[in-house]
Amino acid sequence: MPARLLRRLAATLLLVVGVSSAAFLVTHLAPGDVVQTTMGFSASQATIARAQHRIGLDRPLLVQWGAWLAGVARLDLGTSALYQRPVGPLVAERALNTALLATVAFLVALMLGIPPAFITATRPRSLAAHLIRVASLVLLSLPPFVGMTSAEDVTGVALLADVLWHLPLPVAALALPLAATFERLQAQALTEALDQPAILAARARGIPEPTIVRRHAWRLALKPVAAVAGLVFGALLSGSFVVEMVTAWPGLGRLTYDALLHRDLELVAGCAAAGALVLSVGLLLADMAIAWSDPRVRVHVASEVRA
Amino acid sequence: MSARRGAAGLLALLMLLAIAAPFVSPQDPSERFPDLPDAPPTPLRLFTAGGQWCGLCFHPQRLVSRLERRFEIDTTAPVPVHLFSRGRLIADSGDPGTPLLLAGTDASGRDVFARLIFGARASLGVAIIAVLGAVALGLTIGGLAGARGGWVDTWLMRLADAIAVLPAIYVVVTLRAALPLVLPVATVFALITLLLAVVGAPWIARGVRAIVSVERTLGHVEAARALGASSTRILLQHLLPATRGFIMRQAALLLPAFVLAEATLSFVGLGLPDTVPSWGTSLQEAANVSAIAAFPWLLAPAGAVFLVTLLVNVALGEHDADRVL
Repeated sequence: MPARLLRRLAATLLLVVGVSSAAFLVTHLAPGDVVQTTMGFSASQATIARAQHRIGLDRPLLVQWGAWLAGVARLDLGTSALYQRPVGPLVAERALNTALLATVAFLVALMLGIPPAFITATRPRSLAAHLIRVASLVLLSLPPFVGMTSAEDVTGVALLADVLWHLPLPVAALALPLAATFERLQAQALTEALDQPAILAARARGIPEPTIVRRHAWRLALKPVAAVAGLVFGALLSGSFVVEMVTAWPGLGRLTYDALLHRDLELVAGCAAAGALVLSVGLLLADMAIAWSDPRVRVHVASEVRA
Repeated sequence: MSARRGAAGLLALLMLLAIAAPFVSPQDPSERFPDLPDAPPTPLRLFTAGGQWCGLCFHPQRLVSRLERRFEIDTTAPVPVHLFSRGRLIADSGDPGTPLLLAGTDASGRDVFARLIFGARASLGVAIIAVLGAVALGLTIGGLAGARGGWVDTWLMRLADAIAVLPAIYVVVTLRAALPLVLPVATVFALITLLLAVVGAPWIARGVRAIVSVERTLGHVEAARALGASSTRILLQHLLPATRGFIMRQAALLLPAFVLAEATLSFVGLGLPDTVPSWGTSLQEAANVSAIAAFPWLLAPAGAVFLVTLLVNVALGEHDADRVL
């Protein structure tokens, strides 16, 4: 187990450093740099050259990358030339906003999506089940642009009331399609689980049906849902990008976008690192969820199971 | 079953509408009606407001206050609508003062319906070509990995997994942002299509590889090998055909995802330029309107993205949970 854990940590580290380095290098290859994009047309050649020299943009690419890597090794992510602030706290602050959005959306999706699945799986021919299936199909197709109906500007996310006030639409845009995904997955898994011999045995022992569903079938049906949870994190990050752009939510997506457009190398790399880290944590949580839902997996951890 | 057929049929109809856009749309997508900015849709009617039969007609609207975007419906002279005239399916009188606006206008007075129909060309065009590209790439990578096995398999699949696990929209946005922002339309079109194909390919490759590596061990493949068939022939004739069902499903799932991706890219200003009508560029303009709730017709492109996704999901039937992107 410790060897696995170490390998896992190494893979995470590789992913984070790899992804952020790739973002750094790709952005560097792009035409223009942060000085040119922020100073505007009126700045003279000399002023631009001075500013480029001050933040070290006149050095060769590999030297800049090396300097950045050396900084990362000391947990110093550099300074954003665009915001004139250290990258670390800036990214952490915005990533927290995204995490808030994604976590709330995830929980809402679980609460909205899982319970109806019991109806569609246990009474598939009832009117309620039909309605739920139709609703799921519709919600599944909802583009995140629905958040656009409130194009209000969220300037500061300081007050709790402010956060609560602005949360519903972005969360709904993210959570509703996800809830539908959960409902469909859970319903399928439950239907399959109810067909298994273990359930037949439970019925034969005279255990009442509601208990069978709650205590036995659900336990069997958790794994498929847990298995997609890792992929869901990627989908949540992607979805939150659109939602953040549409609703002006000050999260990681908007920050990445601004950093990219202004060629703010260190900020781009910082955002990429944060994204990769969030993703790795998501994958780890998913594997833990799988292990929790299926005792057989606890020894050989989920990577084999998911494949 | 019939609902699935119906959805597939509607989807085909939508594509036909996109192809026949110049014929279907009553207006030109780039024509501006400067006196009708953000005008609401004009309903088609059979009777005039006075209750008189008029065949097919509408009451034109007039700007009352430009600041408040207030319009007045002029019921004095109904404008007749002709079918199959002036080279269009539905045509108004051709007078730029009284255009037929089936879905209203945007802030610069362009017909939202025309931009929706013409936008379908760009949006669906990008998505369909990208899906074909992703299928081609995925078949090649997955087929190679599954048929060869060994280290080729390991490394190709590791690469595919690495791409698949990243949030696709971030990858596409980063790579697109790294290139010059202003490029010729054709270049942007090709670029977006290529990026989407690359991002979508791993999802196809994984499944193809899994199917091929199982199929490889079956009797009929063994027999073909014993008969002396080359490995290329075995791959093309005996292994890849087994993936047909899977490919159709994945392609159908990728289509709405790519439509959404194009809309997102154009929405944030990294996609097609706003001179090209597409669902994304139309949405971007809608986003500039501060009180979008007062002009709901501007959200029509979002509705179009929704409709395409819904039709695909219905056409695919029950097992619709494994979404991509």
